[in-house]
Order: sequence, then C-alpha cells, then structure tokens
Amino acid sequence: MAVVHNFEYYKPLKLAETLKLLKKYGDKAKLLAGGTDLAVFIKEGVLFPEAVIDIKHVKELQKLELKKDGLFVGAQASFSDILESANIKKDYLLLWESARSVASVGIRNRATLVGNICSAVPSLDSGPALLCYDAVVHLASTKGEREVPISEWFLAPRRTAMKPDEIVTGVFIPKPKIKNAGCYLKLGRYGGEDLAQAGLGVFVNDKLEYKLAYCAVGPVPKRAAKIEKLLKGKALSTVLIAKAMSLVPEEIAPIADIRSGKEYRIHMCKIMLERGLEVCTERMKGKIIDTLRILGG
Amino acid sequence: MAKIKFILNNEMRTVDVEPNETLLDVLRDKMGVKSPKCGCDRGDCGACAVMIDGKSVRSCLVFAIEVNGQEVTTLEGISQPKLTKLQEAFIQFNSFQCGYCAPGVIISATELLNNNPHPDLEEIKEALSGNLCRCTGYQPIFEAIMDVSRKRKK
Repeated sequence: MAVVHNFEYYKPLKLAETLKLLKKYGDKAKLLAGGTDLAVFIKEGVLFPEAVIDIKHVKELQKLELKKDGLFVGAQASFSDILESANIKKDYLLLWESARSVASVGIRNRATLVGNICSAVPSLDSGPALLCYDAVVHLASTKGEREVPISEWFLAPRRTAMKPDEIVTGVFIPKPKIKNAGCYLKLGRYGGEDLAQAGLGVFVNDKLEYKLAYCAVGPVPKRAAKIEKLLKGKALSTVLIAKAMSLVPEEIAPIADIRSGKEYRIHMCKIMLERGLEVCTERMKGKIIDTLRILGG
Repeated sequence: MAKIKFILNNEMRTVDVEPNETLLDVLRDKMGVKSPKCGCDRGDCGACAVMIDGKSVRSCLVFAIEVNGQEVTTLEGISQPKLTKLQEAFIQFNSFQCGYCAPGVIISATELLNNNPHPDLEEIKEALSGNLCRCTGYQPIFEAIMDVSRKRKK
C-alpha cells in the first residue's frame, strides 16, 4: 500500500549535522533509527513529519559500549544487538530478558531500545528493566547535553521529557555493584509475538533491596514503591509475599482493552509478583531458570 | 526523487525512489521482485520479510531510501542457483497450502538455521513467531525445519 504522506529524507553522518537539522525543523522532524514504529505512524496518519532524519549512519551514535561502571546503549543499538551480547546476558539479565520479549526476530533486528523509550507506549517491554536499573537517558541538542533519570522520563502515553530539538544519544545503565538477580515476566495472550497485557521487572540484591517495575498496567511504566518499601531488608516468606501481593492494586492503574480486562490484569500482576520474586530468590542461589513459560502459554 | 544503489540478490541495482516509498513497494512494483508479499502492512504478519545485510527485516516498515549501499536478499536470491535443502524439505513435507506466507517463513527459517544449525522445537517456534500462516497450523512447517536440522551433521 502506498504511503500518502511524503517528507524530506536526511542521512547525516555526524551528530552536529543531526542537531542542526533538529534545530531547523523542531517538532516537524522525526528521527528514524529502526523505523518499526515511525513507519507505522506515518503510514497510518498518526504522524506527518516534514523531515525524517535517518540516524543509522551518525558516527557518534554507537551501538553498545560495555564500560566498567555500566552499559551504554547507544541510539543505534537494536534489541538483537542486546540479545547477541553474552556479557549483557550475564550482568544485566533483566534487560536481556526484556529485550527477548520484544515482538519477533524481524522486528528486533531493526527496532532499537532508544526508539522504544522514545515511542513510550505504556506496554513498552524495556521500561521495567530500565526503571529497575535506575538508567539515565542521555540527550543532546545544539544547546548542549543533558541527562534525565529514567524515573522522570515517561510523562504520559507517547510523551517523554524529550524536547523537539533534542536527540537521545543513548541510555546509560549503571552496573549493579553487589551480587544480584533479576527477571522480566511478560504476560501475553499467547507465547510469541504479542504486546504485553502486563509486564513486570524484578530485581533483588544481596542486601535484600528489591526493585519492582510494572508496564502496560498504567499510563506509563512505573516502579512499585510501596511494595519495595515493604520488602526492603526482609527475607521472603509466604506471609510477606501475600502482604506484598495485597498491595498490588494500589500500585497499578490498568485499563480494560482488546488484550484483557482490568480485573484480569490486576489479578495477574499479583501472580507475576509472586512468581517473579520466587525466580529471583532461586537465581540468587545460583539456580538456572528459564522464565519463558513461567506464566504458562 | 532520489537515486539509490544497492545489491539486490547478488546484483548491483539502481532505482529512483521517493522518500516515502517502502522497500516492499519498490521491490515489487519497480524491480519486479514479487516474493515479498503485503499482508498486514504494519510489521505483524511477516509476509514481507527480506534480509538486509543478512538479517531479516519487515520490508513494509523500511523505506527503500534507507537501503542505499546495503545488501538486500529476497527469496529469489536464496533460491539461486537452486533450491536450498530447507526449501526442498518444505516441498517434501507439504509445508504450505496457499503459499502467501511462504517467502517470509523461508526467510525467517533460513536466518534461524544460519545462526543456530540445530534448533529445538521451542527455538523454531520463537524464530517463526513473527510469521503468520493461516492454512497449515504450522505443524508441517516445524517438521520441515526439524528435518533439515536432523539431517545436518552435528
């Protein structure tokens, strides 16, 4: 099917050139990396950019950089790039599992993590992982660079803290300093390609600090602060987990839509919390568990 | 209109495109390559799958202008000079009925076997989760891929 809307196409090779284009066009420009969202938005008449700036050839926007103190996911890094990294699987398993759950191979080969957080749909799989790792979004414009903590990034569905003349150059994920375990659980209508009905990232470390973040059950992905506070410093028990599960309805605000009802989402978010905590506890003991079928399907 | 140049199925080709033309439309309507099909036109069904630099992509979500200087392989390219073992297995196992999803399925399965010569059933299902087939129920497709994997030397 032919695309009705047409635009100017730019393929800058340098960041400075990209920033100048953004300054010139402002919100009339759209950045193109993987294009798996942008192409659909343009086709379906959601967006009508005057200019599309392809950033796949900008030298400074590298893919992945493993540093001593953390991982920098550059604007060109696709979900497949993340999945192919054995180091990410080892040190950032929660991120790796969330990347695995995104769409299908043909989409993951193209779609980028940075694009995912810029599209900022409520069901984005990368959201919980980045929230649990306290990631930092790096932005640039002709005025300079700035950083935004991921907790302040998501403002509303499809709205972020990014300004029209800015580009996200990458996301920095600090390396957890002490022994830890994490997992990402995604509830879909079936195994395989689907948007999340609900998603949950769970992270725990040796000091018994828990980090929990939900997606697809509220306007933006969000940490479950009350539950984290309840669990902090405590070893898990059946009673404690039951108490944590009872707090779930206070932490999320799901809607009913084509993928599931509100009550089902709330119920399953409790189950996901229970199983996610169990997985992390077992992983802390060194047990190898695959989370792929942990919710059935 | 911009002139782009890229390798299509081992051949250097040049074509004029508008920025908003998808790779799928350009391949089919301007370059005579008909194996990629338009199904959902939004990246969900996999019927339009082709490879860019060896990795499968949804050609309905790629603007043709993006592939300037790259290498695009479609089913036509994979089938040269003769059918692959995978394609022969698909024939042997009657893996297709209407055939609309076939080019995309073969692209995805070829990529899988390139990266993982001996996938198990779960890995095959995962690799094909972005390819919808409404005829076969998938079983004969899985069987063909498993057969190729079994016959390959470990």
